[in-house]
Amino acid sequence: MSVDITASGTPTWRRPPGIARRVRYVLTENPVTLGAFGLLLLFVVLAAVGPWIVPYDPLATNAARTLKPPSAAHWFGTDQVGRDIFSRVIVATRLDLAISLSAVALSFAFGSLAGACAGFYGGWSERLVSRLVDTIMAYPLFVLAMGIVAALGNTVTNIVYATAIINFPFYARMARAEVNVRREAGFVEAARLAGNSGARVLAVHIFPNCLPPMMVQVSLNLGWAILNAATLSFIGLGVRPPTPEWGIMVADGAAFIISGEWWVASLPGLALMLAVFCFNLLGDGLRDLIDPRRRT
Amino acid sequence: MIWRRLLAALPSVAGIIVVTFVLTRALPGDPAAYFAGPAASREAVEEIRAKLGLDRSLSEQFLLYLGDLARGDLGTSLTTGQPVLSDLEVRLPASLELTMAALAFAIAVALPLGILAARHPGSWIDHLTRLIITAGVSLPVFFTGLILVYIFYYLLGWVPAPLGRLDAFSAPPPPVTRFFLIDSLLAGDIALFRAALAQLALPALTLGLFALAPIARMTRASMLGILSSDFIRTARTAGLAPRTVLVTYALRNALLPVVTLLGMVFSFLLGANVVVEKVFAWPGIGSYALEALIASNYAPVQGFVLMMALLYVGLNLLIDILYSLIDARMRIEA
Repeated sequence: MSVDITASGTPTWRRPPGIARRVRYVLTENPVTLGAFGLLLLFVVLAAVGPWIVPYDPLATNAARTLKPPSAAHWFGTDQVGRDIFSRVIVATRLDLAISLSAVALSFAFGSLAGACAGFYGGWSERLVSRLVDTIMAYPLFVLAMGIVAALGNTVTNIVYATAIINFPFYARMARAEVNVRREAGFVEAARLAGNSGARVLAVHIFPNCLPPMMVQVSLNLGWAILNAATLSFIGLGVRPPTPEWGIMVADGAAFIISGEWWVASLPGLALMLAVFCFNLLGDGLRDLIDPRRRT
Repeated sequence: MIWRRLLAALPSVAGIIVVTFVLTRALPGDPAAYFAGPAASREAVEEIRAKLGLDRSLSEQFLLYLGDLARGDLGTSLTTGQPVLSDLEVRLPASLELTMAALAFAIAVALPLGILAARHPGSWIDHLTRLIITAGVSLPVFFTGLILVYIFYYLLGWVPAPLGRLDAFSAPPPPVTRFFLIDSLLAGDIALFRAALAQLALPALTLGLFALAPIARMTRASMLGILSSDFIRTARTAGLAPRTVLVTYALRNALLPVVTLLGMVFSFLLGANVVVEKVFAWPGIGSYALEALIASNYAPVQGFVLMMALLYVGLNLLIDILYSLIDARMRIEA
């Protein structure tokens, strides 16, 4: 992922250095970004091999060991039917990352396509896209996502669609603005004069130059997408029990907070928080590199 | 000028009505079958379907819906048997009381924090602000809520159980505004006011912490930009009091992007409201809509989404007006 980002972040005024050097530059510039990248790697590894390395079956119940606090045998304790929370948190990584990645990929693909066309061609495509974006943005976004999941049906696929739809405006707006400022640039005129068709100029000459700011948006959006998907399942939409998923595990544990069994809800919530935190830090780090003026 | 903005909001309202109608008609499950019960005959189901108007074509249903809307009729909730409008009327103040308390808390904390952080960049308060900002955007609302319940209810016992707007022993105050805090004061019942405040504290804090981060972030960034600009340097060299420079010159200009951001923050607050209401068993419109969603009960969901969207459009209008009050340039142009 970061290879793509830096590859597309190639400054246009000099020959690009090797990919490995650029990755090293991005990571060593800021230790916080390096830490976030390490955390991301950890999550990716857990998502890949999670189900094979966990100590217990995430669905196996054990009536003899219900609601036990964290111990050497069960690092995160057990839930109300005796399932090992540590195993469930690890296994859930794959589903949570998959939902947010596919949602962001969808909204990136459709949003940047629609936004790029609107910014490049103008006219009816611009009116259509901005009307669509305005209609989506007229809703409180989470409420719209709730409505969409409810309307399309209560499945994981529809959580992905709903999250993609509420993210769409951000990409469409950004792509439109970025394409628009480059439409009349010198290198674009040169490409046109060299005989490239409009679509080719847009796809090969303009769009790659818009990628760096869009990638920052992707990174920040991923955290938000995870949060959204988990929140939808927390309120009972989307993923269904007993599937391990962070949001639903917090919902399961919510009832036990008032009687003092804190680990059932808070440890899956902590995993969720770490994932969101990781993507936000990465996004901030990337933005500082691409646009140092907006450094916070 | 206000009229022009009202007109500009009309297309969004039209879009909202169409999308909301389409969304709710696509809800899975057959409400007619749901309300006839599992033992009902085919004829009984068909009869209920006709009674609900569900046997007509989609365009006919839409026209009927528009007519009902014009009369302020949002339909009848099939589970409570009450008109949706009166259900929402009872529950909306609960949600609004919560949201406004949260927003007030967030603004009261975030503005000074952002200003102080920008005034002393690199100091401990700046680092604290950045920590709060990053934590605030990463913390799921339901997670914060549950942690707060664990600390303040289970461990410390400072607040009552997170179950609604009032504990089981108190009766609600006579409804005037339906905001319990205001109504109890109007009734002169201080004990009731304290009971309502104790119930409100944690959910409002949860929601407020969530709204705090973006406001503080924007205040800090915008104040940093303004404080390093030429006219502030000039004001300082002219010997104006630091307080005048900070508040009258810098803050007034720095608030513009913050006010714009408030619209976005409110949109997120309305969404987060649903979650907080679930965690704290708060009888607002969010929990009402959730119950209806599960029963595939059209009317309340439609009413809820419509109400939320209209509330949001209205709020954006209000922000536009507020913006033009702060920014003198906008008034001159208009």
